[in-house]
Amino acid sequence: MSTGTSNTGTATLPAAGAHPTARLLPPAAKRSLAEHLEWFGDLPAAGPALLGEVERSGLRGKGGARFPTATKLAAVAARRRAVLVANGTEGEPASVKDVVLMSHVPHLVLDGAVLAAEIVGAREVILCLKRGSPVQPILERALAERRGYGYDAIEFRIVGAPNRYVSGEETALVHWLNGGDAKPMFVPPRPFEKGVDGRPTLVQNVETLGDLALIGRFGAAWYRSAGTPQDPGTTLVTLSGAVSKPGVYEIPLGSGLGDVLRMAGAECADLAGVLVGGYFGAWMAPAAAEKVRLGVDELRRTGGGLGAGIIVAMPRRGTCALAEVSRATRWLADQNAGQCGACVNGLDAIAGAMETLVAGDRSGQAESLLKRWLSMMEGRGACKHPDGVARFVASSLRVFQEEITRHRHAGPCRETGAPVLPTPKTGGWR
Amino acid sequence: MSFRLVLNPIKCVAHGMCAELFPERITLDDWGYPIIDPKPIPKSLEDHARRAVSVCPTLALVLEQEARAKA
Repeated sequence: MSTGTSNTGTATLPAAGAHPTARLLPPAAKRSLAEHLEWFGDLPAAGPALLGEVERSGLRGKGGARFPTATKLAAVAARRRAVLVANGTEGEPASVKDVVLMSHVPHLVLDGAVLAAEIVGAREVILCLKRGSPVQPILERALAERRGYGYDAIEFRIVGAPNRYVSGEETALVHWLNGGDAKPMFVPPRPFEKGVDGRPTLVQNVETLGDLALIGRFGAAWYRSAGTPQDPGTTLVTLSGAVSKPGVYEIPLGSGLGDVLRMAGAECADLAGVLVGGYFGAWMAPAAAEKVRLGVDELRRTGGGLGAGIIVAMPRRGTCALAEVSRATRWLADQNAGQCGACVNGLDAIAGAMETLVAGDRSGQAESLLKRWLSMMEGRGACKHPDGVARFVASSLRVFQEEITRHRHAGPCRETGAPVLPTPKTGGWR
Repeated sequence: MSFRLVLNPIKCVAHGMCAELFPERITLDDWGYPIIDPKPIPKSLEDHARRAVSVCPTLALVLEQEARAKA
């Protein structure tokens, strides 16, 4: 995939508010420390004022939950002997924004980790990647370069985590770092209370750390000069599916989804639907997608979410949307951690009912069972996997209702086309 | 001071005794796993709630004190 960002043509940081912006992703990669410092400037020390600056910036976490970063930082900062986990595991199959970010500006992520560690009083940073990630050698080179200059007072460790869908969830990651399976744990205690080695642990997505490195340099007012008052700053999005220019884009938060899709070469009117927020997000009908703004609260009001910034365009022709959703649902059901009854049984049943819809649910029984089971998934797991899959499937029933009816009368589509929703092979839990 | 039921879904293996003893707040899904109504439990039902908690063979169900003045 390519990265699509605009070049403002200056060596300093671009003026905020331009569309698209290039804050986290400069026009060209800055892999060496010299290139990095030339583009972004020196990294100031965190200082006691930085936490307040982060709070004023309105920064929310980019891993998927969009939780206010300052609140999370403050909770760990209030405790002693903290550990920082930089989360670059990126378990959402349709997302590559963290990999692109880390490969283009590895030092920006490391800068952010240093600042976050200083804020919470951590002396150790554990950088978690997907096992075998192509960015590991890039980050190792970046760390070696920083060590050569004596750049950081913080100790870094890079680890390759299991690549299961739920393994990047923060309690799963912490459990794995403590020697267990990378499976979500019941909370409380949350990692900020009892995390790695029982110590207060801040788990922060790597893009959020990149934002911290920018806020540490340029401040909250600058950060807020992009985006909207409710959704300040920029976010990385991964666009895929029926777009002519797929890839990672940096957009101001609050951008119109229709505009973002046009940037990637797609018109909403040509699509069957748009998935926003990945596999725990929601499908939107083309008309709704054209109108919606990519703001955290606005998307929540529509029953979806921005998640980790995943946008998948489902084509109107050539691919069977229902078969695609069904295939992804089966994959998601198989990704359950085998721990919670509702998730193990419910997701399997839901995936089975989706398969019946694809085959042609002549009696309508599968659809009514499906609706019953979907309504039973909320808050039933130790993690939010059942809730997320239910949202993904329930929204597909609304958006692809015509397809369901067509399948009821005519059976499955003869040609299913090229897959649009990725369902990668995953390994074990350790 | 009021209480509510909290289930640890990892520990629960669907014995289902809780739902029998406290149907006012606990129902079972299609696979026999409890669905907990998170509403606070009135004084009049507290004994039933305690009984449901006490029979859980895996200690998956607990009675939790409602956090006071939670906004």
